Amino acid sequence: MSASELTPPAANDWDPEALDTDEMILQMGPQHPATHGVLRVELRTDGEVVNAARPHIGYLHRCFEKHCENVDYPGVMPYADRMDYVAAMGNTLGFALAVEKLAGIEVSPYVNTVRVIMAELQRIASHCVAVGTYTMDIGAFTPFLHLLRDREKVLDLFEWTCGARLLYNYNWVGGVSHDLPDGFGRAARDLLREFDAITIPELIDLIIGNKIFIKRLAGVGVCSPELGISYDLTGPNLRGSGIPRDLRKDAPYCGYESYDFEVALGEGRFGPLGSCFDRNWVRVVEMRESSRILHQALDRLEKMERTDVHEKVPKRVKVPKGEVYFRSEAPRGQLGYYVVSDGKANPYRVKVKSPCFTAMSVFHHLARGMMIADIVALIGSLDIVLGEIDR
Amino acid sequence: MEPKAIHEKLIGEFGDKVLSVDLEAASPFAVVATEAIADVASFCKDDPDLAFDNLMCLSGVDYPGEDPPRMEVVYHLLSYTHHHTFALKVHTPRENPAVPTVEGIWGVANFHERECWDMFGIAFTGHSDLRRILLPDDWEGFPLRKDWEDPEYYNGMHVKPTEQMAERALAGEQIGVGPFDFDPPNAHVEKE
Amino acid sequence: MDITYDLLLRIFPALADAPSWVLVAIVAGLPALACFAFMGVGPVIYVYAERKISGFMQDRLGPMRVGKWGLLQTIADTVKLLFKEAIFPRDVDRTLFLLAPIIVCVGAFLPLVVIPWGARLQTADLNVGVFFVAAISSLSVIGLIMAGWASNNKYALFGGMRSAAQIVSYEIPAIMLLLVPVMIAGSLSLQDLVAVQAGGLQNWLLFRYFPIMPIAFVMFFVAGMAECNRTPFDIPEAESELVAGFHTEYSGFFFAMFMMAEYTEMFVISAVSSVLFLGGYLSPFPGGVLQTLGPLPLGWFWLIFKAWFLIFVMMWLRWTLPRLRVDQLMHVAWKVLLPVAFVLVVVTGFFVLLPETANGFLWDRWVAWPLTLAFVAFLFVVMVRALRWNRRRAQELAA
Repeated sequence: MSASELTPPAANDWDPEALDTDEMILQMGPQHPATHGVLRVELRTDGEVVNAARPHIGYLHRCFEKHCENVDYPGVMPYADRMDYVAAMGNTLGFALAVEKLAGIEVSPYVNTVRVIMAELQRIASHCVAVGTYTMDIGAFTPFLHLLRDREKVLDLFEWTCGARLLYNYNWVGGVSHDLPDGFGRAARDLLREFDAITIPELIDLIIGNKIFIKRLAGVGVCSPELGISYDLTGPNLRGSGIPRDLRKDAPYCGYESYDFEVALGEGRFGPLGSCFDRNWVRVVEMRESSRILHQALDRLEKMERTDVHEKVPKRVKVPKGEVYFRSEAPRGQLGYYVVSDGKANPYRVKVKSPCFTAMSVFHHLARGMMIADIVALIGSLDIVLGEIDR
Repeated sequence: MEPKAIHEKLIGEFGDKVLSVDLEAASPFAVVATEAIADVASFCKDDPDLAFDNLMCLSGVDYPGEDPPRMEVVYHLLSYTHHHTFALKVHTPRENPAVPTVEGIWGVANFHERECWDMFGIAFTGHSDLRRILLPDDWEGFPLRKDWEDPEYYNGMHVKPTEQMAERALAGEQIGVGPFDFDPPNAHVEKE
Repeated sequence: MDITYDLLLRIFPALADAPSWVLVAIVAGLPALACFAFMGVGPVIYVYAERKISGFMQDRLGPMRVGKWGLLQTIADTVKLLFKEAIFPRDVDRTLFLLAPIIVCVGAFLPLVVIPWGARLQTADLNVGVFFVAAISSLSVIGLIMAGWASNNKYALFGGMRSAAQIVSYEIPAIMLLLVPVMIAGSLSLQDLVAVQAGGLQNWLLFRYFPIMPIAFVMFFVAGMAECNRTPFDIPEAESELVAGFHTEYSGFFFAMFMMAEYTEMFVISAVSSVLFLGGYLSPFPGGVLQTLGPLPLGWFWLIFKAWFLIFVMMWLRWTLPRLRVDQLMHVAWKVLLPVAFVLVVVTGFFVLLPETANGFLWDRWVAWPLTLAFVAFLFVVMVRALRWNRRRAQELAA
C-alpha cells in the first residue's frame, strides 16, 4: 500500500462552492439515531452515493487525561469508568493493571479470577449492546430488545456485586472493591445457561442468518488486513478481517493464558473477508467464547480459597518514577494506557489509546463510494462508543 | 526480537541519530533525533526483522521542569508479524514544537497527531490535515501542557461557574434555592 | 351510491317522499360518516395492536399503564398529538408543508370508498373499482414528495425522493398483478370480483390455477407492503438512516396525519388483497355457512377478519425483518417482481382464454382445503409451541 493511498482528503476540498452540481453535503449527526452518540459525519453525497466522508469527533470531550493529572491514582477510576460507558469494567481493569505493573503490585489468583469473571461478563453485556444496536441500525428492532433483556441480567449481577449498574468503580489498584456475594456463581451459571441455550441460537436464527441482513452487510465496508493494521483497528474489528490477534492469547494478563477458548475470526462466508458482516459475526461468536471462559472461571472459583479482595490495596498508592504502556483486550479492542509517573501521588501523564478512536480514523477510507444506508452499517460495525472516542 | 536487539539494529542503521535508550523500563524505549523520526519510523516498518506494522499509540508528554524544558512525542510500536513491541521517543523544545509527521507510514497517526496538536500544540510538519480534533476549532491554547490555566470565558460564556456561583452566594444571592432560579449562569456578563 | 340509496329506501320507506336534497345528503353523508368513523378509529386500533404485538414479540408487555392493558394508550397519544404545538421550522414552504399531509391522507382514505363490505354494503360500486384504487392510492406519493421538499431539510428530501422512487416502482408490478384476478373475473368492479369467488374457500381466486395465483397473491402483497412503506421496505422513513425521512420536520397533528395515512393505507392494501384473492366479504365455508348470523349479515366481519389478519402479517414481518437498501429494493421491484408479474399475466391470460381451463385447473378444488387446513394447523402448532416454550422458561426461571 502506497503512502498516497493512506492520505486522507485534504482539509479544504469541502468548499460548498467547489462542489459538483450533482453533489451536496449532508451532515449526519451530531443528533442522529444511527451515529451511536454525538458523532458528526460530513458526507459529500451524489444522490444516495457517498463520494467522501469526514468524521468530526469531540462533542463529548471531557479531557479525561487532564482529569487524571489532577487526581490520585485511585481517583482516576471513576473517570475511567466514564470513558467507555457501555463496558466500564474493561476500562478500569486496564488502568488498574497498568498502575499495578508500574508499582509492582501482584494480586492474588482469586482476585485475578474475579476480575476475569467481571471482564467477561462485561464483554457479553457490551457485545449485546453492540450487536443489538447494530441490528437496529439495519432496521430490525426486535433482536435489539432481546439482547438488551439479557444484558439487563448481567447488569443485575453487577448491581448485586458492587451496587452499580453502569459505572462500577469496581477494579481498584491492587484489588477490587467488593468480593463476589454468596450465590453469585449459581446466578451467573443460570444466566449463562439461558444465554447459551436460548439467546445466541435465537439471535442467529432471527437475524444473523437472515437473508436481508446478510445481503445488506456481506461485501460492505470491506477492510483488508493491511489497512486494518495500518489504521490500528483492533479487537473484533481486526479479527473480522481474519487476523487472529487477541491480547488475551498474545499478551495474557489476569491469568487468561490458563483458560481454554478460541479466538473468534471473521470467515468471509458470504462475501469478501473483513466486511461489516464479519465484524458483527466475530462479536456474536465472542459472546459464546466469553461464556466458555466464564464457565471455567466459575469452576475455578469454587475450588479456590477465598482471599480478601482488599489485601493488596495500598492505603496510598505509591508509584515509582517511570512509565509504562499497558494494553488490555477491552470489548471494543485494544485499550492502551500510557502512564507516566514522577513518583508523586498523582499520575504525571495518562494517555489513553482508545480502540474506538483509532477505528474512527479508518472511517473515511472505508466510507468512500458507499451508499448512505451503508454508512450507517459501517459505523455500527465498527462498534464505536463516543464516550471513549472523545474521552 | 528483544528490545536490546531492536536497539542494536537501530544503532546499526542510524548510528548517532539514536540518542539514548532505556531497556530497563517497563516499556523499553529509545530516544531518536527529532528530524530523523520519519526515516526511523519507515525503517522500523519496512525492515523484515523489525516489521513494526502497527502504531499502537502516539502520545505527547510535556516536561517543563527538565533542563532544558522539552516536550516528548512517544511512539509505541507493535509488530503483528513478530509480535514484539518497542517505543520511540523524540524531544522537541516547548517553544514552537515541531516534529515530522509519520502519517504516511501508519495511517492511524493522522488522528493521533491531530490529537497531539490539539492538546500540546506540537506541529507535525507535513501533516495533511492538522486541525483540532477533540476541542472546538476556536479553542485557544493547549490544555494538556503543564502550564495550562483554565480560561475564564469561552465565546463570551463564563466557564468557571463554581467560582462565579461562590461570588454570587457571597453577595447574598440565594442560588438554586427558590422554586425557580432561571438566571442563566452568565447573566452577569450580559448585565455588564 | 345507488345501492346505498336502495338500501335506505328499503329500511325507511317513508323517506321516498322526502325532498331530494335530504336524500342526497343522507345517501352521501352517511357512508362518508361511517367511513370517517372507521378511519378515525382504525389507526387507533392498529397502533395499539402494533405496539402490543411488537411488545409480545420483543418479550415485553407493550403499553400497560393507560386503561386496562393499556387499552386507552393510543387514545391518550392521539389527544396528546392533537394538543401539541405544530412547529413550522424557519424557511419551510408553508403552503406545501400544510398541504402535504392532507394529500397523503386523501390518497390513503379515498380508496375506502370502493371497498365492498357486503353485497349491498359499499359506498360506491364503481365499474372501474380496481383502477380507482390503483389510481388514488398512488396519489399519496405526491404528498410525500411535497412533504420532503417543503420541509427544507436534506433528510426529508432524501425521504421524499426515496418514497417517490419506491412507490412508483412498486406501483407497476402491483398493477400488473391486479390484472391477473381482473382477467379471471372479467370485470374491474370489486363487487364482480367478489361475486366470482362465491361458494366457499375452494372458489377463492387465491386457489385458482393452483401454482399461479398463490404466487400472484404473495407478490401483490409484497408490492402493496412496499407501497405503504412498511419494513422491510420502509426506506423513505428509515429511522436509522434518514432520522424520520419525509416527516422529520412534522410535529403534532400533522405528524399524526401521516401516521393515520400510513395505517389506513395498510388497511386498504390488506382489504384490497382480501377482496381480490381471499373472497372479500364472503365466508370461507361452502354453501354460505356463516355468511349471515340470523338476520345479521356477517360480510363486514369476514372482510375485517381477513384484512386484519393480513395487517397482522405485515406487523409480524415488520418486527422480524431488517430493512433493505435502496438499490436492493429497486432490484426486487424491477428485476424480480416485474418480470414475474408479466409472465403471470401472459400465462393466466392464456389459460383464461383456453376453454378447458377457463375457470381454473382440474386440481384446484383438491388443493384448496388441504392447503388451508395445513396452514391453520401450522399456525396452531407454532402458537402451541410458543406457549409451551414460554411456560417452560417461566418454570425454569422460577426454579
